[in-house]
Parts: sequence; C-alpha cells; structure tokens
Amino acid sequence: MDLSTFIQQLLNGISLGGLYALIAIGYTMVYGILRLINFAHGDVFMLATYFAYYLVGIYMLPWWLGITLAVLLAALVGMSIDRVAYRPLRNAPRISALITAVGVSFLLENGGIVVLGARPKGFPRPEIMGKVYTLAGASIIGVSVWVPVLTLLILAALLFIVYRTKIGAAMRAVSTDMETTRLMGVDIDRVISFTFALGSALAAAGGIMWAFKFPQINPLMGILPGWKAFTAAVVGGIGNIIGAMLGGLVIGIVEIMIVAFLPWLSGYKDAFVFIILIAFLLFKPTGFLGEPLKEKV
Amino acid sequence: MRRILGFVFVLAVLLSLALSAAGAEPIKIGCNLEMTGGTAAYGQMAWEGLELIQELVKPEVLGRPVKLVVVDNKTDRVEAANATSRLIEKEKVVAIIGPMISGNMLAAGPIAEKYGIPIIGPSTTNPLTTQGKQYVFRACFIDPFQGTIAAKFAYNNLKARTAAIISDISQDYCVALGNFFAREFTRLGGKVVTTVYLRTGDQDFSAQLTAIKNSNPDLIYMPNYYQEIALAARQARDLGLKQPILSGDGADAPELIQIGGPAVEGLMHTAFWHEKAAVTELGKKYIEKYRAKYGKAPNAFGALAADSYLILLDAIKRANSVDPKKIRDAIEATSGLQVVTGPVTIENGDAIKPIVIRRVEKGEFQYLDIVQP
Repeated sequence: MDLSTFIQQLLNGISLGGLYALIAIGYTMVYGILRLINFAHGDVFMLATYFAYYLVGIYMLPWWLGITLAVLLAALVGMSIDRVAYRPLRNAPRISALITAVGVSFLLENGGIVVLGARPKGFPRPEIMGKVYTLAGASIIGVSVWVPVLTLLILAALLFIVYRTKIGAAMRAVSTDMETTRLMGVDIDRVISFTFALGSALAAAGGIMWAFKFPQINPLMGILPGWKAFTAAVVGGIGNIIGAMLGGLVIGIVEIMIVAFLPWLSGYKDAFVFIILIAFLLFKPTGFLGEPLKEKV
Repeated sequence: MRRILGFVFVLAVLLSLALSAAGAEPIKIGCNLEMTGGTAAYGQMAWEGLELIQELVKPEVLGRPVKLVVVDNKTDRVEAANATSRLIEKEKVVAIIGPMISGNMLAAGPIAEKYGIPIIGPSTTNPLTTQGKQYVFRACFIDPFQGTIAAKFAYNNLKARTAAIISDISQDYCVALGNFFAREFTRLGGKVVTTVYLRTGDQDFSAQLTAIKNSNPDLIYMPNYYQEIALAARQARDLGLKQPILSGDGADAPELIQIGGPAVEGLMHTAFWHEKAAVTELGKKYIEKYRAKYGKAPNAFGALAADSYLILLDAIKRANSVDPKKIRDAIEATSGLQVVTGPVTIENGDAIKPIVIRRVEKGEFQYLDIVQP
C-alpha cells in the first residue's frame, strides 16, 4: 500500500470514526448521569432522520429550520420515552430499566416499520455536505469535514452545560447520589428529563450527519450504528464524554484498516469491532478513560 | 310465530353458510415474501404484482377460488424457513410462491422438499436452489447465464479489460454471481484485479472502494442488492471513481435511483425484463394496469411473482387436482405458457428466459438490449 492510499484510508477511518464519536457522546452522557444504558439511543437517531426527511424532503422547509425542528422533536421523543418507560421504574432494580430500554428499542424499530414502511428512503443532501475535496490524491466529502467541527462544538457546549450551569450541577449531583440529591430538594425528574432531552438531541445530530454521509434511511438503520457507538463508549470508558470521542475514532479507524490491510476479511469487519467490545469488557471494562464502577449494571 | 320465524331465519343463515363453505372451499397458495428487512422492496413489489394479476386473471381454478396467504420472512434465512413450515403445517397451502432472494430459498426449499409441497422462487437465480430438488422451481434464468452475459457485455461492448468486483459476502446470490462473472471475464482474456466484500446492511464501503480505486480497473462489477449498490455507487463517485458500473438483476428497484441519485446515472445491469420487451398480450395489459394502479413504471419482481402465480394456476388446472405431487409434475411439464414476461418453459425446475440489458438514464431504467438463451 502506498502512502496516498494509506492517507485515503486514514481519512476514511477518521470520517467514519467521527460519526461514531458523535453518536457515542450522547450514549455515554446518559449513562454517566443515570447509570442506564439507553438502548433506544440508536432508534431516536433513526427517528430524527425521518423527521428531517419529512420536514426538508417532503415539506420543503429550509435546511437550518428542518434540522432544528428535527433535533427538537427528537429531544421531545427522548423526554417522552423517559416519562412513559423509565420514570415508573425509577426505584426498581437497574436490570428492569435495562430490559425496558431494550423493549423501547424494539417498539420503535417495529413501530417504525409499520408507520414509516420497511423500504428505505433516499435522504436529501445539501450541496455543502456533498462537495468532494481532493487533497494530494485523497478525496474527502464535505460532511466528513463538518462532522469533527460539529463534534467539537457539541463537546464544548456539553462541557459548559455540565460544569458551568445550575442544571449541569444538578446532573452531576444526580449521577453521584440520586437519593441524597432528592433530599436536597432538587426536582430529580426534571433533571433526568433534561438529560434525556439532551441525549436525544445529540442522537439526532449524529443521525442527521450520518444520513448526509450515507443518504439512505430505514427504520432499522439505528441498530448497527447504535451498537458501534455503544462499543465506542465502552472502549473510551463508559460515562466519559472525552473517552467516547476517542473510542469512536478508534473503532472507525480499526474498521477501515481491517478492510484496507486484510481485504479478504472485509465482509467480517463488524465481527472485529465486537471482538474489541468483548475484549474490553473482559480485560479492561473501564476502557481508556473510565472510572472503576462501584456497581455492576 | 315470531319465534318460529326467528328460528327459520337462523337455520337459513347457518345452512347457507355451510353450503357456501362446502361448495367453494378456497385453494390456498402461500406467499413467503421479503416484506421487511434488507430487501423489502423485492417482497413488496412481488406483492403488488400478485395483487394486480388477480385483477387481470380471475383467482379461480377447478371451480374453487384461490386464496393467497402472505407471510413476511424479514429477509432472513431462519424466518424464511419458519415461514415455509408455517404455511405448510398451519395454513395447509398446496404450493408456495417465494422467497424472492436465493439465500432465503436455500433455507426454505429443503423444507418444502421434505413436505412435498411445490415452491416457486420468482427471482431466485442461484443455481443451487433447484439443484437435486424435486419440488423447488424458479420463474427466472440462472446466474451462470447471467454472469456470462454480463462478462461478455463488459468485455465486448464496454471494451473493459480489467474489472473490480465488490460483492456481498452474506448473500449466496452475490458471491456466486460475482464468481460466474469473473470466470467468464477471465476466459475472455480480461483480468479481475480486485475482489472485495461487504455485508447486507453495511453502510460504509469507503475502505473497499479505496482498494478498488488503487487498482484502477476499467469497470466495477456490483452483483448486489439495490440498497448496497446505491450506497456503493454514491461513495464510489464521492471518492472520485469514474469507471462504469455494471450490476445484476438485483438493481431493479426504484430505491436504486432514489438513493443513488446522480451517482447511478449510467449504471448498467442485466435484468429479468423490461416493459419494452413485453411480447404477450397479458404482459401488455399488466403494464397498462400497473401504471394506472401504482402510477409508476412496472418492475421485474412484480412481473415474476405474477408469472409464478400463473404457472401455478396453469399447473393446478392441468393436473386437475390439488394433490401437491400432481401439481409438481404439471409445473415441470410447463411449456410455452403465456405469462407476463413472455412465454415460459420449465426444464429441471428452471425457467428458460432471455436476459435484458438496461442503463439508468435521466433517473429511469432504459432498455438497451435483449439476449436470448
């Protein structure tokens, strides 16, 4: 493999990994605060792309408005899921919430098939996202340039919210000790609701960027990216936002490099990603940057 | 008096119900289709074709109505096998139409064979599906023929001397068709410079396409299903690959153009059928009615499902029985039957049919050529 091919493959890996990172941030944030693996994350991601598809592709809203509305709608979906599915189980054992999350995920996927149809739809792409840049023989598509920018912006905004605002302080308090925070007079349900809204908005941002890069949406599109993002979150240390970014990049680059260096195994790249997940869960469950867990989920 | 009248009324209703049930018990035909999952378009297009053909050809045979029972196999082998058992054991069907894709037929076929129920795959082109089977049929050509024609077209018409293949490792159809293409292309004097794989449902093919870009072939062969072809074509163009793309029958879905957009402009593929190649009266009526009902160009998958239905009805009529063994023998004896896509003859379970070559131009499939077997 010559250098320019290697650079191209590295770019491919970074642009894929950047998307995983973006999705993983929301995954890991919800976990970090609630100690709940929100398996419905990938399905909110899917719903957001459909919102954008209908708002922009069918109702012809301008992009900025369509995307903003889609993100807000996704946040609303996230809050509703919490209200309907998770809040009644707040004091139940953690495993009940986990199983409910899997159930919500199935409900959204199969409900999506019934309501939205099982056949895929082509997702529109604004010109700026589809523009191809060529650098020393390597090509990169507009969306892959914007994803890291967006990810860094989101990261900064998120760190600001969590560490510099009142609601952020409440979120950190809930993550440390939910009961004591309640005793201190904090409206826990409101804080958790906000956390889900934020997490779902992040999933929506990831979903829409994903659909720009892979302009095809269907009701099951969130499953695999959801698992990959979960793997990224685990590799980076689940609960740690910077770790999730790192994990996403690592997973994306590994996936591409397996195909690049071992082309005869290219059909099995997902298997390698999940081998990494298993290896981390067995040998380093806290990932790169995670803190040791006090309690197992 | 009133009570007696009421009693007579109830009796009359019961009697008429009993009579109508005894006089016209429907003949059930199962449909094992990909209504959801990675190839949902094929199953749904097949179902459109089946609904339409029942309006054109009265669903009745041997004086009994015909009833289609559809089960979704979710584009999954295990589900396809389960759907077959369910149709046979629970619904008591006399024959089955579907699945649409070869991988699913390789799972469903052996079960139908075991029970001795005829099963027709409208578009299952992999030669292994019918090999050594008495009860498994297809309403289409087979992949060794399709791969050969594609290779000849690439070598002679497109003047390609080197080719790269990107095929789907999780689908028997894609891997085998890629191999048949490669065999013929090499025999003609061409060279397959890269072969890379993807999996159904994958979205990112940038690494595979970069490998192809590096080997700089004259042509890219994509023997896959519509969703993977559309995404691969888009990413190939995004990466700056400008080579012509050649594909197989799997490309025939409106989704290819809707998702692929400008990237699939100029894509060529070997196909089962095109409306311009319609020769039968029934085929022309089908096209007209399809456009009126669905408001879009007809597709091969719906037409082949309709063919399968017609083959079955004809076989039941000639067998003059709903005994699956007799139906099976009658299907095998099908010769020159006028169906939607043309006259059809069945030999060793396989339909003998021509191949159409098409190109995408201005967002529509255009007819280029037809090759007789």
